[in-house]
Amino acid sequence: MKNKILPFSVIIIFGIIFFIFYKGLEDSKIYTPDVNTKKEIPLFNTKEFFSGENVNSSSIFELDKVYLLNIWSSWCVPCRQEHPLLMNLNLENKLNIIGMNYKDNLKNAENFLKELGNPYKEIFIDLDGTIAIEWGAYGVPESFLIYNNEIIKKYIGPLNQESIDEINLFIK
Amino acid sequence: MKFFKFFLIVIILFPLSSVNSEGNDKRNEITKNLRCLICQGQSVYDSDSEFANSLKIVVDKKLQEGLSEDQIYEYFKTKYGEWILYDPGLNKNTYILWLLPILIFLIGGAIIYKSFIVKK
Repeated sequence: MKNKILPFSVIIIFGIIFFIFYKGLEDSKIYTPDVNTKKEIPLFNTKEFFSGENVNSSSIFELDKVYLLNIWSSWCVPCRQEHPLLMNLNLENKLNIIGMNYKDNLKNAENFLKELGNPYKEIFIDLDGTIAIEWGAYGVPESFLIYNNEIIKKYIGPLNQESIDEINLFIK
Repeated sequence: MKFFKFFLIVIILFPLSSVNSEGNDKRNEITKNLRCLICQGQSVYDSDSEFANSLKIVVDKKLQEGLSEDQIYEYFKTKYGEWILYDPGLNKNTYILWLLPILIFLIGGAIIYKSFIVKK
């Protein structure tokens, strides 16, 4: 009897270990950030894009309004690609699109807006990328759907028609 | 005389460099334990990406604000989740990771004890 317990328990232990590692194999190795968590938006001080005046984030985001915060930069190629979608979104809706200019040269950024249009209600500057970190952002472009000072959804990478449809659905 | 001058310069420079490195040491230690989320297999310390560089500035700022190392990890955990830490804490997703080695060690020990020591 004693002789049987030992091999039996060894088999069970290896079975458990095999199961755990096998489960681990199925997990995605690519990091997939959580995009649906509701989080409070961070508080921060920054500068307004055109005037260069100091602004506090609480004066930008009001309760009971839907905002789309878009992180963009003139040197970012995918931003150029998503820009027409933002322009359309701005024309069709009463959505407040807020821009965050990320690690950019202000001259280049202004030229970018002149060339492609300005869909933003307000733009503020993030010169060293620290405000983007406060938001939990990874880089440019990235967009946050905000309602009642809460992040409803995060769009990492350029917006596409699918995400635009989703935003439109939320506004309705 | 030359030696004396050299000695003097070393004495003057040494405290300054050590003061400077203390702040950096702490920052390096923290950034080495933060994963660069947009790079593959690099820590924030190793990476020179835009994301990592901004993160280093934030760590510096938080250190200046007087936050402890653990508070800084906690801060990044709330922003980016557990994945940003190389040293995961004990929770329901990681308990197997922490307990399995102990379990294997205990079972292995029991087997050895049974088969060798008891037999004697």
